[in-house]
Amino acid sequence: MNQLDEQERLKHFLTIEGLSRALLTEVLDTAERFSPVGERAVKNVPLLRGKTVVNLFFEPSTRTRTTFELAAKRLSADIINLNIAASATTKGESLTDTLRTLEAMQCDMFVVRHQNSGAAAFIAKKVAPHISVINAGDGRYQHPTQAMLDMFTIRRVKQNFNDLIVAIVGDITHSRVARSEIQALSTLGVAEIRVVGPKTLIPDKIEALGAQVFNDIETGIAGADVVIMLRLQQERMNSPLLPSAQEYFQSYGLTEQRLKLADKNAIVMHPGPINRGIEIDSAVADGPQSVILNQVVHGIAVRMAVMSLVIGAHAAGTN
Amino acid sequence: MKIDVAELLDRMSVELQKNITAEARENTVFVGVHTGGVWIAQHLHNRLANPFPVGELNIAFYRDDFSRIGLHPTVEPSKLPFDVNNRHLILVDDILYTGRTVRAAMNEIFDYGRPSSITLVALVERGGRELPIKADIVGTRLNLAASEHVKLFGPDHLRLELCEAKT
Repeated sequence: MNQLDEQERLKHFLTIEGLSRALLTEVLDTAERFSPVGERAVKNVPLLRGKTVVNLFFEPSTRTRTTFELAAKRLSADIINLNIAASATTKGESLTDTLRTLEAMQCDMFVVRHQNSGAAAFIAKKVAPHISVINAGDGRYQHPTQAMLDMFTIRRVKQNFNDLIVAIVGDITHSRVARSEIQALSTLGVAEIRVVGPKTLIPDKIEALGAQVFNDIETGIAGADVVIMLRLQQERMNSPLLPSAQEYFQSYGLTEQRLKLADKNAIVMHPGPINRGIEIDSAVADGPQSVILNQVVHGIAVRMAVMSLVIGAHAAGTN
Repeated sequence: MKIDVAELLDRMSVELQKNITAEARENTVFVGVHTGGVWIAQHLHNRLANPFPVGELNIAFYRDDFSRIGLHPTVEPSKLPFDVNNRHLILVDDILYTGRTVRAAMNEIFDYGRPSSITLVALVERGGRELPIKADIVGTRLNLAASEHVKLFGPDHLRLELCEAKT
């Protein structure tokens, strides 16, 4: 599924893979322009007035759904939240029929979260040509807006990407966030990308994406400018891939002690929700180097940017 | 086209000085519309020795042509580094043409707060209005055909140039 139009503008936002540095930078710059809107008395702009956005969530999510909702509202769009797991599909309606129904309601954009990899691209292929699709996380494949808000957060603090060492710590295999981030970091030209975790949670051939593998957190985060901690999913804690949550914290949890090994100005990030005492110590999560709450705030501006870029490309394309 | 921009600015600042009442003076702020309007606002602001920083508006999110041409690629966000409420606002644009930019600018200003008044200042009023919006203070009036285009170059050595519009 091609997410770009003939003029190389984003008409969908499905994956970081294949996007140019110029395009990623355009998303970040546009988000930078939206950022001050959130600090005004009236926090919305009339850009998407009259447009209808549907949050199509096949998998539960609070943070991502809420920030997409807020982003749409700040752009003056109308937004509907559809929790599909608890809705039409349980009544036996097929996905295609659900999409046709929503199209008939004159929707302009679907924000899709799904447990299957490739679901957003599949939906983008199925929908009417005037509809934009944004991937809000599909299976183990991609979570492109999360990656972009992380890039935004990194750029805000570090100004540029060139000399940075970035360590991503945790369950890399099952993480769509990690995959999107590695691609974004490599396209934006960071000096070094490291993935850190137990052998059982690091996929084969990850080096091909440009990442170095470390199985030991101490060496993995040594000298790093950015440390991104990943959430250890509940279902992984009781799986044979890991001994136990406690032991995981012993080996891979980010503590104040360990953070001292990173660069003294290092920032700590986490896509949330946090498992305190499992992948990260509370003292670090709430500490001075943590930018976890900034990530949430930046998520709104970045999602506003992506939404207006894809709808804008559609608008321009119809002329 | 030979128009001395500095001379226009001198005249405009004299007129503006008269326009601002003594009691309004310490409550007056300058806001320029990106990018030419900001340059003009900066010059007038300096000539009038206004104590507040110059506000900058980038109206890209308020344009009425988004649904036809999409998002305008511009870099600078809007910056109004003062409270807009109860202020006398001098809104400055370089070229006043259809009035759509000013409408968008006023919509944006009211999302920051409720000013006491807005005075519209334009370096050039070129004719071709499509909305009932007129400047209070104008540097010069030009009667241009739709195919003609006037553009301000700057920010150093501000100069106006007339050319045929691209089709």
